[in-house]
Amino acid sequence: MNKPAKNNSEIVEIFRHLIRDRLGLLGLIIVMLIIGSALFAPLIAPYDPVALNIPDRVQGPSFVHLLGTDQLGRDTFSRVIYGGRVALQVALPTIAGALFLGLVLGMIAGYGPKWLDNLILLFFDTVRSFPTVMFALAVVALVGPSLNTVIFVIMATSIPTYGRVVRTMTLSIKTSEFIMAERSLGASTFRIMSVHILPNVLGPLAVLAAMDIPTVVGLEAGLSFLGMGVKPPTPSWGSLLNDGYSLIRNTPWLIVAGGIPLILITLGFTFLGEALRDVVDPKLRGRGGAK
Amino acid sequence: MPDTNVLDVKNLSVSYSTPRGDLKALRNVSMAIGQKKIVGIVGESGCGKSTLISAIIRLMANNATVHSGEILFHNSNLLDFKEREMRALRGIDISMVFQDPMQTHNPVLTIGQQMIDIQYRDKLSKSKKRQRAAEMLSLVGIPDAQARLNQYPYEFSGGMRQRIAIAMALMAKPDLLIADEPTTALDATLEVQIIKRLEELQEEIGCSILFISHHLGVIAELCDEVVVMYAGEVVEQGSVRDVFHSPAHPYTAALLKCDPGHIKEKTRNLPTIPGEIPDLVDVPAGCIFQDRCSRKVPQCQVKRPLFEAVNEQHSVACHLNNKNADDSDHKEARG
Repeated sequence: MNKPAKNNSEIVEIFRHLIRDRLGLLGLIIVMLIIGSALFAPLIAPYDPVALNIPDRVQGPSFVHLLGTDQLGRDTFSRVIYGGRVALQVALPTIAGALFLGLVLGMIAGYGPKWLDNLILLFFDTVRSFPTVMFALAVVALVGPSLNTVIFVIMATSIPTYGRVVRTMTLSIKTSEFIMAERSLGASTFRIMSVHILPNVLGPLAVLAAMDIPTVVGLEAGLSFLGMGVKPPTPSWGSLLNDGYSLIRNTPWLIVAGGIPLILITLGFTFLGEALRDVVDPKLRGRGGAK
Repeated sequence: MPDTNVLDVKNLSVSYSTPRGDLKALRNVSMAIGQKKIVGIVGESGCGKSTLISAIIRLMANNATVHSGEILFHNSNLLDFKEREMRALRGIDISMVFQDPMQTHNPVLTIGQQMIDIQYRDKLSKSKKRQRAAEMLSLVGIPDAQARLNQYPYEFSGGMRQRIAIAMALMAKPDLLIADEPTTALDATLEVQIIKRLEELQEEIGCSILFISHHLGVIAELCDEVVVMYAGEVVEQGSVRDVFHSPAHPYTAALLKCDPGHIKEKTRNLPTIPGEIPDLVDVPAGCIFQDRCSRKVPQCQVKRPLFEAVNEQHSVACHLNNKNADDSDHKEARG
């Protein structure tokens, strides 16, 4: 209660509490590592991820090839690093797009008239009734496999996830007394949505998004594993797993190399998401670090 | 006479459409609030107090309909206002304080952010707005206002939050403050503090207050006039002194008897008014209070009593008043 006046922005405040939470810090480090390695992939990767080197194929780990090579002699470590790039290239725009559309649609559904709510819910339910992989199969069959197809498919199927959460939260917030109080003080609908409902929704939504990134990465890997994701020479963790799967009798290293980053990214974002959940609520933040 | 009133509600009837039919929540309600006057409304739950204020500020439930009447605010009928005009009025000319201070602020914004935000209609710099917010906070008795602006609602106690709510409502110096049971959720000592503060602020700002409460003691302490409502009708109205000292309506008399503050002896059974509020979907003929009235006369079942003056500042809707002005029965009622 004895907090002195601070000029720190909200972001700094959240960050400070985040790194005080040990698992949150671990999550943050893992996430930073993955993002960093994806950003600086050309500097980190010792080899070109698509360069063939047939004489050195299917090797185990060595100082020359840290994680060995695949059936075409490509350096696995470099492919893992570049694979992270693909994973984030899919995950970030997908989440951002789904988040934005889900937020807009969800808030309209929650605050708007009943008929619009029903219409948007119908759309959500329609989209959700398609299994993602089936939907992806259909789209790939129509337009062929590519990074953009993957992004589109995953984004379209994630919108309802966010939209429904936002709608429910908006519905419960709009009936709370402080919204009534704001209205009695003359706030317009737009003002109530943007100043009062949005910040209440944003925190939990950020958590949901952070926790959803591994799912999206997993989906991309899954689609690539099935050959419906990125096209072959481009390295993806999913195609790495696929190569490893067919070469499982020759070397276990490909599977390990493709699997470990998937596990890491899941853990990293989950830890981060859970720490975020405690931090975005100002009430819990008050006791932050007491863990 | 009408020129001096800030608010003049005339013959207002409001009903809610329910699956069972129209629930007539307000029937021919008339009341007025004079300039710089504090008017209290008392009545048990479901008597239409909240419907009345939601009609005044025009934030009614979706299934509510106004059937007749006028709500004159400075002589212009609020019921004719467009939503935009109404919004311009809210928070500037008419403000409101709610019952539960624990829920009346946005939990994820600091008090400062919220107090600055409600000044969005003023073209002032942010630091000026902040300054004004801090001034309002000190005015309602929150020490160290500048630092407190950076805190979140959960860091304040209930009494403080209610004071902040009052500060926000009075920020634009409205002509009319509607307080919907602002002290019901607070404990007794805080209640007194808030009441005192409201009195001081009312004098300083010069606004009128419409104060709703179950608590008769608070009404007696704070208000100039009191309106007693029962089942969607105003049954008695007058100066606090007249109504509390010589209640003319049996309901008011019963209500006063039930006030724990009036009970002098230790008792296991607190007095209650037997019976229940009549079904407002199918309003019975005659007096609305007849079923629970201890002093019913045959006329009560047939004819609805008219609202008539007891004296200049005191009027009541009861057959005992108008017909038999010098009946012994009546004297007993007033004693």
